[in-house]
Amino acid sequence: MGATILELRGVSAHYGRIQSLRQISLRVDEGEIVSIIGANGAGKSTTLMTVCGIVKASEGDILYQGASIRDVSPDRLPGMGLCQVPEGRRIFPRLSVSENLEMGAFFRRDADGVKKDMSLAFRLFPVLYERRTQKGGTLSGGEQQMLAIARALMSRPKMLLLDEPSLGLSPLISQHIFKIIKDINEQQGTTILLVEQNANIALSLADRGYVLETGRVVMEDKAERLRANPEIKKAYLGG
Amino acid sequence: MAEGGGCQGHKAERMDYFLQQMINGLTLGGVYALVALGYTMVYGIIQLINFAHGEIFAAGGYLGVIFLSFLTANGFMETHPGLGIGLSLVLSMGYCAMLAMAVEKVAYKPLRQSSRLAVLLSALGMSIFLQNGLMLTQGVYDKAYPTEFTHGGFDLGAIRVSYMQIGILAVTAILLVALNALVFRTRMGKAMRATAQDKVMSALVGISANRVISLTFAIGACLAAAAGIMVGLYYGSVRYDMGFVPGIKAFAAAVLGGIGNITGAMVGGLIIGMVEIMAAAYLPMGGQYKDVFAFVILIGVLYFMPTGIMGENVDDTRV
Repeated sequence: MGATILELRGVSAHYGRIQSLRQISLRVDEGEIVSIIGANGAGKSTTLMTVCGIVKASEGDILYQGASIRDVSPDRLPGMGLCQVPEGRRIFPRLSVSENLEMGAFFRRDADGVKKDMSLAFRLFPVLYERRTQKGGTLSGGEQQMLAIARALMSRPKMLLLDEPSLGLSPLISQHIFKIIKDINEQQGTTILLVEQNANIALSLADRGYVLETGRVVMEDKAERLRANPEIKKAYLGG
Repeated sequence: MAEGGGCQGHKAERMDYFLQQMINGLTLGGVYALVALGYTMVYGIIQLINFAHGEIFAAGGYLGVIFLSFLTANGFMETHPGLGIGLSLVLSMGYCAMLAMAVEKVAYKPLRQSSRLAVLLSALGMSIFLQNGLMLTQGVYDKAYPTEFTHGGFDLGAIRVSYMQIGILAVTAILLVALNALVFRTRMGKAMRATAQDKVMSALVGISANRVISLTFAIGACLAAAAGIMVGLYYGSVRYDMGFVPGIKAFAAAVLGGIGNITGAMVGGLIIGMVEIMAAAYLPMGGQYKDVFAFVILIGVLYFMPTGIMGENVDDTRV
């Protein structure tokens, strides 16, 4: 494992007047897969949105590669190698599959490199190639998730933030998606911060994990030790 | 036999009259379409009815007078009329693009997080401000366009087509094709559509909403400025409040087409222009009431099909 790539130091955030994050601190090292697990409304998605600056941190600091990104405009982060696949995938519904991928590489100026990466994405997800001229909104849930991940890869990220990639997908397709996530991490060395409701898969994939409850980090440990922890088993892993 | 011939001649005359009105309708409709696009694109991106858009159209008309008068005074229009009009078009479009971007920065951007009503009121205020600005700087009277170079035309059967009409139709067609290419083929055009569809996600892929919004205002202003000049050339004069009624008619066109839909704005503009001309030509008292028809259509659309002809069900060409 390399140096720390992302660090949250006592980060709080509010949605209107409701405090949704309470002084969260966490750390992700280069090359790691780190999972954040927790129940609905624990603040998992808010954590990712706060990292990306869509939700503003009201307190604390966010460091990416050693520098604060708390006041960096969200649209500058992909250019810095930090990319999010948000909850619900958020495919551009009326852009074609190819155009969605092009948008993933929006800030890049190397047209040849982008073209190459697009054919790589199509090799990784052949079904996207078949559907390349279709509107994003016409894809199935699984295909949209693949497109969302492929779109993020188009920016050649150093670090990917993945929010509930298995949401609404069949177990079989989920498995496929998680295998690809693992491959991206191992083959391209992309650091991954994964938010998942399916704690079982999330922890089996990850090196380390954080447990969030009502906006607080209540536990952090190596993933296999979290899986063995009786409390975690009872609360998140179905006994 | 003679009687029959007379009847046929009457028929042919009526047909010619109809075709003449078709061409007039197409010309006017093209102008409405150009203005309507500015409404629809801005609405598509920030859900604002930009009431100051009609004033940009008027500013374009005035800039046309200024540039063309200057070129005429220097004798340039006598030798190069086409180039002179083209130059005036481009300069006015550029100026209006900057004006519209400035309006957005001053009057709308600070209200980005406010309620939609606040921005709408700001747009109304900006409209009044710009209209009065035009009045104070340019005077309250009609300003005549230099028209020495706008004469001429040819006969198509019994129909009279002026070069000016052909010019307006050609420029309109070129601008509409260019806009389509820009929005649906280029990187920034795709970014515009992405921003219209999901602002958070487009930020997450690195698209700057501020840049896209500025660009949208600039494009809409270019089209409106071109329309303003063409209206000035066509009718021979401009007035400080010339933006108001055509602005609302173009807005009606955008709503008719389905606000937020680019093809819809084009279709809506053509329909409104055509209806207005045909009603004025064929209905009793139609000429006096010609301004009414666009608003009757607007009310009808809002009442019976608020999403317009190409509203939510026709996805392909929404911004």
